[in-house]
Amino acid sequence: MSADLEQFYQIFFEEASELLTEMDTRLLELDMHSPEPENLNAIFRVAHSIKGGADTFGFTDMAEMTHMLESLLDKLRKGELTLCSEMVDAFLQASDVLKQQLNDHSGKGQVNADEARLASQKLKELMTTTATEEAIPTALAATSAAAELNRMAGSVLSKAPDEQPVSSTRSSTTKEISTKIPVTYRINFSCQDLSEAVMTKLLTNLARQGSLENLNNPQQQDSCCLKLTTMESEEDIWETLAFIVDPVTLAIEAEAIAQEPADNIAPAADKPAVMMDVPPNGTTTETIKNGHSNSSIKTTPEPARPKAAASSESSSIRVSIEKVDQMINLVGELVITQAMLAQTASQITPVIHERLLNGLNQLERNTRDLQKSVMSIRMMPISFVFSRFPRVVRDVAAKLGKKVELKTVGEGTELDKGLIEKITDPLTHLIRNSLDHGIESPEKRVALGKPAQGTITLRASHQGGSIVIEVSDDGAGLNRERILSKACERGLPVSETMSDQEVWMLIFEAGFSTTEIVTDVSGRGVGMDVVKRNIHALGGRVEIDSSLGQGTKISIRLPLTLAILDGLSVAVGDQLFVVPLTYITESLKPQAADIRTVRGLGRVVQVRGEYLPVIALHEVLGLQPAMTQIHDGILIILDAEGSKVAMLVDTLAGQHQFVIKSLESNYRRVQGVSGATIMGDGRVALILDAAALVSMVKRTLVDAA
Amino acid sequence: MQQTQTHAAGSDSLSSIQDSANSEFLAFRLGKEEYGIDILKVQEIRGYDAITKIANAPEFIKGMVNLRGVIVPIVDMRIKFNLGEVHYDQFTVVIILNLSGRVVGIVVDSVSDVINLEMEQVHATPEFGAAVDTEYIMGLGTVEDRMLVLIDIEKLMSRQDMGLLETDS
Repeated sequence: MSADLEQFYQIFFEEASELLTEMDTRLLELDMHSPEPENLNAIFRVAHSIKGGADTFGFTDMAEMTHMLESLLDKLRKGELTLCSEMVDAFLQASDVLKQQLNDHSGKGQVNADEARLASQKLKELMTTTATEEAIPTALAATSAAAELNRMAGSVLSKAPDEQPVSSTRSSTTKEISTKIPVTYRINFSCQDLSEAVMTKLLTNLARQGSLENLNNPQQQDSCCLKLTTMESEEDIWETLAFIVDPVTLAIEAEAIAQEPADNIAPAADKPAVMMDVPPNGTTTETIKNGHSNSSIKTTPEPARPKAAASSESSSIRVSIEKVDQMINLVGELVITQAMLAQTASQITPVIHERLLNGLNQLERNTRDLQKSVMSIRMMPISFVFSRFPRVVRDVAAKLGKKVELKTVGEGTELDKGLIEKITDPLTHLIRNSLDHGIESPEKRVALGKPAQGTITLRASHQGGSIVIEVSDDGAGLNRERILSKACERGLPVSETMSDQEVWMLIFEAGFSTTEIVTDVSGRGVGMDVVKRNIHALGGRVEIDSSLGQGTKISIRLPLTLAILDGLSVAVGDQLFVVPLTYITESLKPQAADIRTVRGLGRVVQVRGEYLPVIALHEVLGLQPAMTQIHDGILIILDAEGSKVAMLVDTLAGQHQFVIKSLESNYRRVQGVSGATIMGDGRVALILDAAALVSMVKRTLVDAA
Repeated sequence: MQQTQTHAAGSDSLSSIQDSANSEFLAFRLGKEEYGIDILKVQEIRGYDAITKIANAPEFIKGMVNLRGVIVPIVDMRIKFNLGEVHYDQFTVVIILNLSGRVVGIVVDSVSDVINLEMEQVHATPEFGAAVDTEYIMGLGTVEDRMLVLIDIEKLMSRQDMGLLETDS
């Protein structure tokens, strides 16, 4: 039996961990004084879904824990209990335990038995103690009771800021009804891939929920048809089945019962929508994530027929990342081939081959569109990362006795999934750092005339071809003197004349910490260097902006995607190089008189009243240029890391999109080169790392001075 | 100490040949010498064409080529071993190697044939002292009057002085 079920374990693990994340987000969103019924319902459903799955797979510890959660939540939902912060804490604790249990079952971790016992004990306590408080007519209870009445009446809660109050109220109404009247459901699904043992187990599970009637022999047919009369809601049945049966083929229909008002069947269509409901910032269902979809249901506020609801389940699919990557690679090749064709076609006479050229133009447009849509598959909103930080901030702030509010801006900003996964750890570290070192204690803040509650702002935005993520706090800021003296102690090369920027960058040195006390949050000096290294590995850069007493802002600049780049190809000698467009401000043909030398060493060029250092690409790369005089070439003005440099090349070749290929997969890293690409004629061209070139120049200028 | 180590390494690689009973080797020429590499490491053989230079690379790394979308570095063995005349024409041969996932091309004078060597045809590498580094030489194969220097190409290519791999800095 277990061998058959094992193949579904992975799906359960994935879904359960997604659901737990959702639960955390929802819990943190809860307003202590007037919890939104929709939010409570969502948390209840999450607990319920996990319970259903855990039960099916025999993870009794998880099932027990979620059962307790569920019963407490159910009371909250019905207004029998009022929410207090203690409960939220207990819920979060329980969710942590669930995560541990989940890891334990998937063989990735161990359960802390004490913690688990503590969590369940706390839940039990809350159940009993709060039950007595019920009688006390507090103002809070009254409001929630009123809200409950509203829901029972099925009227719309106009003040609820939720986006679909209509459907949520209706579904909760039917939940009341469906739990009271036994309903007969007709269940249809494909059992082609299911073994006999799994089927038997499934049928016993179902039989436990009510009276089950097997309409055909599942062993003989590909599809199975069952009739179930039960007190349970359709949602429950769905969950019993969904982990085992392919949800696409699963159809559950409530059989019309004469006494039942026709309106009650309709909400059945809403059920899957509610079950799969997603928080407004979209933590679970984005792009390739969720097996079920809510989009189509969300856009149909009118009650749909049950059939329609079942078919819309397939509007999103779970695809393995390898398949997507393979597709991206293939499209990359297609773009190269298309560019190759375009280059060949530019040599033929347009008059004779007009139709061919039109076709090629069409091909170019289609290729671009295809590329764009394929790339967008990998794109995900950054809310995936951001959504975990309220929890981090809450926990760490509580541990440190600080009051901190976390603001997030631009959660919808999309970036590559690979980046999302890799940016989480560095960001967590930066936030912990801000909490520990940045934000002062409430007393100190009040003494300084600041509000007692500190603010950490997470902001994501697109800037040109890159994405910028900022972590800023209104805390103490960095102390220049302290960092400098600490750096001196550690024997780092520092001087009083260093710019603020350079001083701030010292905190990224390995083992650097200015705190006297090492806490378990941070202060050991490990971490910031890892942050910097991780971000550099992603092709990104870190910048710090800070003023003493005002706060610190750390900006991370990352490339939007790791695969495609807009660039300008330039020629030096017989070689072509690609310069990323994001670094280029302009290009110009210099006059002989524009170029001057400084002390016979450095060359500078005057551009719009500004003197910029000149770097000759052929000198840096050791090539033989085609031109002999500087004014025969072209100067490209690069702007990287805040400083400008004029780069001398022979000619400009053209502007294209380039598919970035790694040099490192078969070779090693090359100084001044960030990667390679394949040109239209099939040749390889190196992509220049403008930032490295600029800093190279800076270094040589310093050496010369 | 140094000598015993090299000796141990030599007999190790010899036994690795013997493990695979009879092995097939691709024989190629560098100047007047004949070399053999494990045929299973060879992905394909192609001509020498459009190559892109790499900045500040050692002289024997000729550059990069596009092999159906994969960017492959090319090493000229003639320069590396200081053998044969270095010129490039339509007869120049590039052997594309696949060394545990990494693809590298080597330029040689010519490829002669594929030779099946029995265990008894392979002799251990004699000690040359400091004059010749024998670490990557698996043994010497004899076929009639020919002598093949059998190279553990993977070991050779991953050596620090080849500059193909990332150095830990």
